[in-house]
Amino acid sequence: MSEKNSEGRDPKVVGTADNPVAGPEEVTKGELIAEGTGSASELASGPHAHLDRVLVPQTPTEGPVVTVRKGMWGPGHGSGDTSGFSGMTRIIEMPGTATPPFGGWFDDVADRVAELVPHFASRVMIWRGEITFVVLREKLLEVVKALRDDPALRFEVCMSVSGVHYPEMTGSELHAVYDLLSYTHNRRIRLEVTCPDGDAHIPSVVPVYPMANFHERETWDMFGIIFDGHPALTRILMPDDWVGHPQRKDYPLGGIPVEYKGAVVPPPDERRSYQA
Amino acid sequence: MGIEDHVPSGVLLTTVEAIAGWTRKASFWPLTMGLACCAIEMMQYGGPRHDAGRWGQEVFRASPRQADLMIVSGRVSQKMAPVVRQLWDQMPNPKWCISMGVCASTGGMFNNYAIIQGVDHIVPVDMYVPGCPPRPDMLIDAVFKLREKELQWGPIGADRDKAISEKEAAALEAPALLEQKGLMR
Amino acid sequence: MSEQTKRSAGVPGSEDVFAVPGEPIADQAYLSSGADWDQIIESQRERADEIIVVNLGPQHPSTHGVMRLVLEMDGENVMSCRPGIGFLHTGIEKNSEYRTWTQGSTFFTRMNYVGGIHNEAAYSLAVDKLLDITDDIPRRGNQLRVLAMETNRIASHLTAVGANCLELGATSPQEVGLRERERILEFTEALTGLRMNNAYIRPGGVQNDMPDDGIDLLDELIKQLRINVPEIALFMLDNPIFKARTQHIGVLDLSTCMMLGMTGPVLRSTGYPWDLRKTQPYLGYDHYDFDVCTETSCDAYGRFKIRCDEMMQSLRILEQVRDELVESQGEPFRVQDPDLEWPSDLTVGADGQGNSNEHIKHIMGESMEALIHHFKKVTEGFKVPAGQVYVAIEGPAGELGAHLVSDGGTRPYRAHMRDPGFNHVQALPIMSEGAMLSDLLMALASIDPVMGGVDR
Repeated sequence: MSEKNSEGRDPKVVGTADNPVAGPEEVTKGELIAEGTGSASELASGPHAHLDRVLVPQTPTEGPVVTVRKGMWGPGHGSGDTSGFSGMTRIIEMPGTATPPFGGWFDDVADRVAELVPHFASRVMIWRGEITFVVLREKLLEVVKALRDDPALRFEVCMSVSGVHYPEMTGSELHAVYDLLSYTHNRRIRLEVTCPDGDAHIPSVVPVYPMANFHERETWDMFGIIFDGHPALTRILMPDDWVGHPQRKDYPLGGIPVEYKGAVVPPPDERRSYQA
Repeated sequence: MGIEDHVPSGVLLTTVEAIAGWTRKASFWPLTMGLACCAIEMMQYGGPRHDAGRWGQEVFRASPRQADLMIVSGRVSQKMAPVVRQLWDQMPNPKWCISMGVCASTGGMFNNYAIIQGVDHIVPVDMYVPGCPPRPDMLIDAVFKLREKELQWGPIGADRDKAISEKEAAALEAPALLEQKGLMR
Repeated sequence: MSEQTKRSAGVPGSEDVFAVPGEPIADQAYLSSGADWDQIIESQRERADEIIVVNLGPQHPSTHGVMRLVLEMDGENVMSCRPGIGFLHTGIEKNSEYRTWTQGSTFFTRMNYVGGIHNEAAYSLAVDKLLDITDDIPRRGNQLRVLAMETNRIASHLTAVGANCLELGATSPQEVGLRERERILEFTEALTGLRMNNAYIRPGGVQNDMPDDGIDLLDELIKQLRINVPEIALFMLDNPIFKARTQHIGVLDLSTCMMLGMTGPVLRSTGYPWDLRKTQPYLGYDHYDFDVCTETSCDAYGRFKIRCDEMMQSLRILEQVRDELVESQGEPFRVQDPDLEWPSDLTVGADGQGNSNEHIKHIMGESMEALIHHFKKVTEGFKVPAGQVYVAIEGPAGELGAHLVSDGGTRPYRAHMRDPGFNHVQALPIMSEGAMLSDLLMALASIDPVMGGVDR
C-alpha cells in the first residue's frame, strides 16, 4: 500500500479575491520542510520577532506516539497471526511536528500569539496544509482570548470541540481538539489540549466562545474530560444516568451477537479483524 | 371502553368484529413516531405520490390517544426507548405496531451501545418492514398486509386479549433461531 | 400606591371606569396617571399566574425529529427554554472506528438523513485530504459529486421549507415540497441506486457513473424543478399570515450569530455573505457561476426566503454540471490509483445490481493482481497515513465539518463530524425566551436542525 509522503507537498490555503491570504504556495518549498532551519537569532530579528517564544523549551522533535502495532493483524479477538510477521513492531507517530519558522501565514498567527501569550505551545504540527498548536492547558484561556480578540488574529468562531482518546500516550491520553475559523482572514487553525487520564481537567472556553457549550458537554459525555468553568456540564447525548464514557477506547462497542438460522455473527468489536 | 369490550365471546362478537374491522380499515390513523431516516420515507408515504390519504391514513395523529397504529420509523436509542414505551401504553386498544426499517426491526447496522436492537424488545410488533430505508411502496405493502390480516378479520374485545396472550405464550416456547438448523438447503 | 391603584382596584365597585353598567367586571382595571405605572405592573406581577413547566416532548410533529424542549411558560410566553437532545444518539462515530474507511460513508450518510450526501461528501473530502489525493480525483468524479450534492441540497431545502409551512398549519406547501422531493429521489435512485442513504460519495470519488440515460433524466429533472420549485415561494412569501408569523421572529443579528457559531442560511440572513463554496471552495465550486443568497432581516422570514433562493441557485449549478458531464462522458470517476480505487463495475443484471460479468471474468480469470486487490480492498480496506484533518463543506444547514484522526490503519481512529444543527440548537433559548410558543416553533423551523445530525 502506498503511503503518501506528507513532506514535499504544498499545503493549500485558499483565500478570496478581496481577502488575499499570503498562502504558502507563494513561499518556496524549502521553507516548508517540517524541520525548521532558522536559528534563534535569525528568528528573533526578522518580521516575525516572537517566533522563538511559540514553543516551550525542550520540545521533543519526534511526533507523539499514537499507537504501537505488533504483527500484521489488528486486535482481532482470538485470531492467530499466521502471516509470519508476528514479530514486527511498528510505532505510529503523529506526523508534521515543526519548529519555527513555519511558512506563510502560519508565522503571522504564531508570532502574534507568542507576542501576547509567550511559550503557549508544547508542540506545533503542520500537516496537509493545516497547523495544529498543542497548547498548554493552563494557558488555554489566554490563548483563546487572544485568538478571538486580537485584530491580526480574529478567530471569531470555534467550529468544533472534539475529544480523542489515545490510550497509549501515557500522561496525555485525552485530547480536546478545537477547530477555529477566522471569517475576517478566511483561515483555520487547530488547537489541541492534552490531559492525563487521572486528571482529566481542561479549562472551558465557553466564556470566550459560547458556541462551545454543547460541544464541551458532548466531549465530557463521550470522553470524561471535565471542563472547568463550564456553566452546565451534564450529559447531553446519553441518558442522564448513564455510567461510563462511550467513545473512549476502553469502552466496548456494546453490540450483541446476531442470530441467524443456525449461525451466530459476533458483534463488530469481537469479530476477527483484518486490519494491519 | 367500547361496546366490543362488553360483548361476550361468541357468535355475536364475531359479527361485531367483521363490521368494526371493516370500518377500522377505512380510517386507520398512524401515530407520528418518526425517529430518523425512515421518518422521511414515511413523510413521502403521506406525500402526493405515494398517497396514504387514499385509504384514510393521511391524518398522522400526534396524540397517542387518537391513534391506532404506531409506525416506529427509525432507530430507537436508549434515551428514546422509555418514551416509545410510554406512547405505546398511552394508545388505546386496539392498537398495532409496524416496525419500519431495519433499525426498528433489529437494530439495523447499528449494533452498538446506543441503539435498542429491535423495537420488539419494548413493544409487541405486528409487522416488520425491512429496508434502509424501505421505499414508501414497501410501507404501503406492509400497511395493506396488516389491514388484511388484523383489521378486517382480527379479533376484538375479549377474543383479542385471548389471542394476544396465546401469541405471547407461543413466542416464549418457540425455539431460538440458532437452533433451527438445516434451513439453508 | 396612589388611591386609584389600590390593590383592591377592579373588585366590583366604582373603580372600574370602563365597565358597562350591568356587565360583570372583567379582570382587573387600573387607572393610572403618570408615575405610578410601575406600581401597577408590580402589583399585577405579584398576582400573576404561576409559571408552568411544559415538556414539548421528544415525540412531537414540530420538533424536526426527536428533541425535547423543556419550557417554562407564563401563559403563552416562553420564560425559559432548555433543549434536550440525545434521543437519536446512534453511536455512529464510535461504530465507524470498527469499519473500514470506505464503509464510513455508509455510516455518516445516516447522520443528517435529509441531506445525506453532504455528510458523505464532508467525510470523503476529509479522507481524500488524509490520503492527499484531493488533486488526483478525476474531474468527472468531482462533477458527479457536485451533481449529487446539489440535488440533495434542493431536496433538503424542500424538506426544511415544507416542514416550516406544515408547522404553520399550511399543509399544501408541504405537499408541494414532497412532490418535488419525490422527483429528486427518483433521479437519485437512477443515479446512485437508492433514494436515500446512498453511500454514493466515497473516498476517492463516487461509487458509480451516471446511467446511460442519466443526462436525459437530469434534463427532465431540471426542467420540472424550474417550473415547480418557485411555487412554494410564490405561495408563501407574500402571504400576510406568513409574514405575520415569521417576520421579526427568531431574530439573530450578526454579532449573536458570531457568538453562537451559526453558519449557513442563519448567518446569511444577517446579510453576511459567508458561503464555504465561495470562500473556501472545494470540488471545483470556484468555477461554477452562482450567487450567495443573503437577506438583511435576520429573522425567520429571511431564512425561509434564503432557502427558496438557494434552491434556484442550486438549479443554476445543476445546469452547469450537466453541460460538464456531457463533455466528460466516458472519463474515470474514481481515483485511478490501483491501491485505492474501489474494485467494482456495477451493472444491473438478471439477479439485481452487482458487479458486471466482465469485471468478474477479469478478476477471476485474467489477472491475479486484480483478484488480490479486490479481496484486500474489500475485506481489509486501504491504509490511510497517520494524522488528523478537519475539512468543512457548506451543507444545507450550515458548515458541516469532518475531523478525522488516522493511526495509519484501515479504520478511522477517531471520526468526529461537526454538524451545523448541533450548534444551532444552542441558539434556541436566545431566540425564544420572551416570545410566544408559536414563535418558538417558527424559530426552530428556521434553524432547520435535523436530529440525526445533532445527535449522531
